[in-house]
Amino acid sequence: MERFSTFMDLVGLANNGQCLLSEVIINYEVQKSRTNRESVWQQMDQCLTVMIKAVEKGKDSQEKSVSGMVGGDAKQFGDYAKAKGLLGSVTQKAIQYALAVSEVNALMGRIVASPTAGSCGILPGALLAASEALSVPREKIVAGLFTAAGVGLIINEHASLAGAAGGCQAECGAASAMAAAAVVEMAGGTPDQAGQAMALALKNMLGLVCDPVAGLVEVPCVKRNAFGAVQALVAAELALAGIKSVIPPDEVIAASYEIGCLMPPSLRETSDAGLAKTPTGQEIEAKLFGENK
Amino acid sequence: MKGVFDIIGPIMIGPSSSHTAGATRLGKIARAILGEEPSQVMVRLHGSFAKTGRGHGTDKAIAAGLLGFSSDDERIPAALTLASAAGMKIEFTRRDFANVHPNTAVIEMVGKSGRKASVMGSSIGGGSIVVTQINGYQVELTGEYATLITIHEDRPGVVALVTQVLAQEKINVAFMRVSRQERGAEALMILESDEPISHQAYDIVANIPAVKVAMLVLPC
Ligand code: SF4
Repeated sequence: MERFSTFMDLVGLANNGQCLLSEVIINYEVQKSRTNRESVWQQMDQCLTVMIKAVEKGKDSQEKSVSGMVGGDAKQFGDYAKAKGLLGSVTQKAIQYALAVSEVNALMGRIVASPTAGSCGILPGALLAASEALSVPREKIVAGLFTAAGVGLIINEHASLAGAAGGCQAECGAASAMAAAAVVEMAGGTPDQAGQAMALALKNMLGLVCDPVAGLVEVPCVKRNAFGAVQALVAAELALAGIKSVIPPDEVIAASYEIGCLMPPSLRETSDAGLAKTPTGQEIEAKLFGENK
Repeated sequence: MKGVFDIIGPIMIGPSSSHTAGATRLGKIARAILGEEPSQVMVRLHGSFAKTGRGHGTDKAIAAGLLGFSSDDERIPAALTLASAAGMKIEFTRRDFANVHPNTAVIEMVGKSGRKASVMGSSIGGGSIVVTQINGYQVELTGEYATLITIHEDRPGVVALVTQVLAQEKINVAFMRVSRQERGAEALMILESDEPISHQAYDIVANIPAVKVAMLVLPC
């Protein structure tokens, strides 16, 4: 069995085997699930299909969620970006795709929790936008998802992937870190660069709280996915340029765990503070639950 | 360490793995425990299920599960309508149960044939669930294994009769628990297996005279 617990182990395995991070993770899963490469690959390919369909669906939708707080932004942004915009097309696509998938989630559509439903737009946003810019074949995106999963496994081992445990750094922060590593591999970077990208992305989300308005996975979640996807691209590009995180990947994960533990419960998915308790947040909550009673 | 598809996955209907995906699984396992199509259902939502359930579609998700849908079924948003079209009456209320997980529901069902079952379960994160009570018995059931549940006379030999059937069918028991409310009355047994439990094995167990009710819950 391919054994790894830390990012350092993972990079070591890849370097010893002269292979990509995704290969190490695929082998791990084949052994763990006691199936074969083909079926593990198919399962991930299926996840990619669901992600792509969610992008397609969300891109053109103008529907609003039950609460009325989100919906239609992916389309609005797409229409705007067609004609103008400050950012280049990769970044704009990452924004649009991430919004699309997150809105599909909020509107009870089909998505892949990656790692959670609240952060489900970040991987498709970053990976699909990058794949178009890099003109890589579908296999590279599937492989990237394995690499992303490997990063998620390590974060889950040493910190958390649940907003209730670690705040949003554990959900959108982890998703962004996972996506950053995947994009590096897709772009032909080394395993070490993937680790640097992961560390850079996660560092930038340290301390991010989870304070969703009315307890729903909508505000700030949907738009945060757009930021998370773009940030993954920024981190990947920094790492591909050879820039390193001063604090190594495993230490950043340890820091995120510590920060999560120090975070008060009111900022960990309970909606007892932060955005949820702003005057507008409370007004929205009162309106929703008023009609609920 | 977890598996790759615990991280990238599950494929599910949004917006929340605990309030939507887990809720669907709770509805589905409740239906499996009842063993037939429910015709009348009372759902009591506790804690965060009660508070944010509507915005997360928890009611639709539970209804979808009661209809037998999986947590990635795109009919979930329409489940309440589909349930009433299928003649399934579902009522939702809020109820505070002390000392239970924040995402807990009690699902009381009457089936088409008049069979009754009551299931308490919690959605414990990432779409995972645990059933904590069946018909008033304390249990711990995750729905990840093929499970056979019996309510039987609490007397010597009954447990052995049931396990013999499984042995004959070459089904290996992974976990087994027996509980009862009072000595000598009724007991509840849960057997979880890695392998699928056949309907044939279930039928034999259900026909053991000392077994009053047998339920077969396949992984969902
Ligand atoms: S704010 Fe909370 S609910 Fe929203 S995505 Fe972040 S962790 Fe999830």
